[in-house]
Amino acid sequence: MPTGAYRRLNPATKLALALAEAVLALGVRGWSGPLVVIAVCVGVTIAARIARRSVLLVLASIPLLVSIVLVNTFLYPGATDPIVQLGPVRPTWTGLAAAVQATLRVVAFGFSVVVLILTTEPDHLIADLERRGLGRRAAFVVGATLRAIPRTTQRAGQITEAQRARALDTEGRLWRRVRGILPLAGPLVFGALTDVEEQTMALEARAFSAPGRRTVLRVFPDSATQRVVRWAALLGALALLASSIAGVLEAIP
Amino acid sequence: MSLVLAGVRYRYAGSRTDALHGIDLEVPSGSVTGLVGPNEAGKSTICLAAAGLAPATIGGHLEGVVSIDGVESSSARPHELAQRCGILFQNPATQLSGTAPTVWEEVAFGPRNLALPGDDVVERVTDALAALGIESLAERDPTRLSGGQAQLVALAGILALRPALVILDEPTSQLDPQGTRMVGEALRRLVRENRTAILVVEHKTALLDQLADRVAVVDQGRLIREGPTDEVLSDPALSEHGVEPPPRVRVRSALAGAGLRTPREADVLIAELTR
Repeated sequence: MPTGAYRRLNPATKLALALAEAVLALGVRGWSGPLVVIAVCVGVTIAARIARRSVLLVLASIPLLVSIVLVNTFLYPGATDPIVQLGPVRPTWTGLAAAVQATLRVVAFGFSVVVLILTTEPDHLIADLERRGLGRRAAFVVGATLRAIPRTTQRAGQITEAQRARALDTEGRLWRRVRGILPLAGPLVFGALTDVEEQTMALEARAFSAPGRRTVLRVFPDSATQRVVRWAALLGALALLASSIAGVLEAIP
Repeated sequence: MSLVLAGVRYRYAGSRTDALHGIDLEVPSGSVTGLVGPNEAGKSTICLAAAGLAPATIGGHLEGVVSIDGVESSSARPHELAQRCGILFQNPATQLSGTAPTVWEEVAFGPRNLALPGDDVVERVTDALAALGIESLAERDPTRLSGGQAQLVALAGILALRPALVILDEPTSQLDPQGTRMVGEALRRLVRENRTAILVVEHKTALLDQLADRVAVVDQGRLIREGPTDEVLSDPALSEHGVEPPPRVRVRSALAGAGLRTPREADVLIAELTR
């Protein structure tokens, strides 16, 4: 079982907090939204002892961040305050400010997702949502998607081995690896499509289409406080979003 | 009688020809019937029709009667049939739900679908794992099992629905000898202890030789022959239908070809050696 106060929260509470953080990070104008979310998430990652892993995962967004900074700084439409003239290109202060703000939003959003992923077992979250009325088909789609990665990796490994056995070179220089993708992707995609019919029948054979709600076997601890926190987080985030869109939050930077 | 097929003809959706031509077959409770025949003979189609998946799930057109545990499949819904008849396909990976973190929860997938009370689910999962002797796998990740173990878990998932009939379509085709042995032993235990009726498609006639009470030969969508295992698998005409006789029969034939008689004691010895 997970340890630590944040990890022990009900999965739905952690999902509600992540959703609220995501809304704040992406939807509220100005600098305050993403900065508050980053501060909260950093605090949680330190308390839950997942700071190092969180940062590593957020760093995965670096290519996206670099493109955001370059596009905004050099190509911000209508900006007339150049930082420096570099031949035909001209980075602007307005563009740079927009780039930094967009970068903060992406980092804040990334943190909200990473905190949820690292503190919540996907199976726990699905089980709890099922208990709260999530349909069996929706739960299956989410659950199967989350668990598809190891299965696909395993299958890709099998296909790669089979292709290597037929003398296909999939290692070494980059272009060789790229060349090896097509023979891997074809069987992987077509194999997955072929499996779908058998999987559908296997599900039918296990009464997947039975009417009514599935039996709930796991109930996760919940409390009145957590219920209040969930509703407050979601409603508060939505209220801030609406206020931001309506221009009520102009006073907040 | 757990399964009765009477005059079953089946045509796949979009096809102009019948895949099955008037199949008559019965599988009594507490017995194993093996289905053999060349590729594309219609064995898997018989399985789908017998399980009620054809045409209910995959479409197509079926004539004749398919009766599972006393209920005509055409009058029952898929989830009702699932409680009377379980079907297992060749690939263990496609049999598992892909949503469960542990084997225990994987086996509970079917009973949970039926919205059974929690205690019933627990009892059924416990019984299914015990019936196959795989209780030790309960906490394992289903995606990290060997082929034989995964096939047994898939079978346990079917058994947790407590069907009177289990249909297996080449359950050992992707398994190594150890996996094949595991599945074979599990099926024997199932018939002995639960009186389950089993219809199994299997190319490994050595396994059928030890497992099946009766064997049916299918070719080009027709039932060519059906009878006691020893009789059918010893038939010299078997190879004409693309079926390799089991080692016991081949050894006996070789001895007979060399002019050596095979008395009963020798038969027992051959059976022991080829097991």
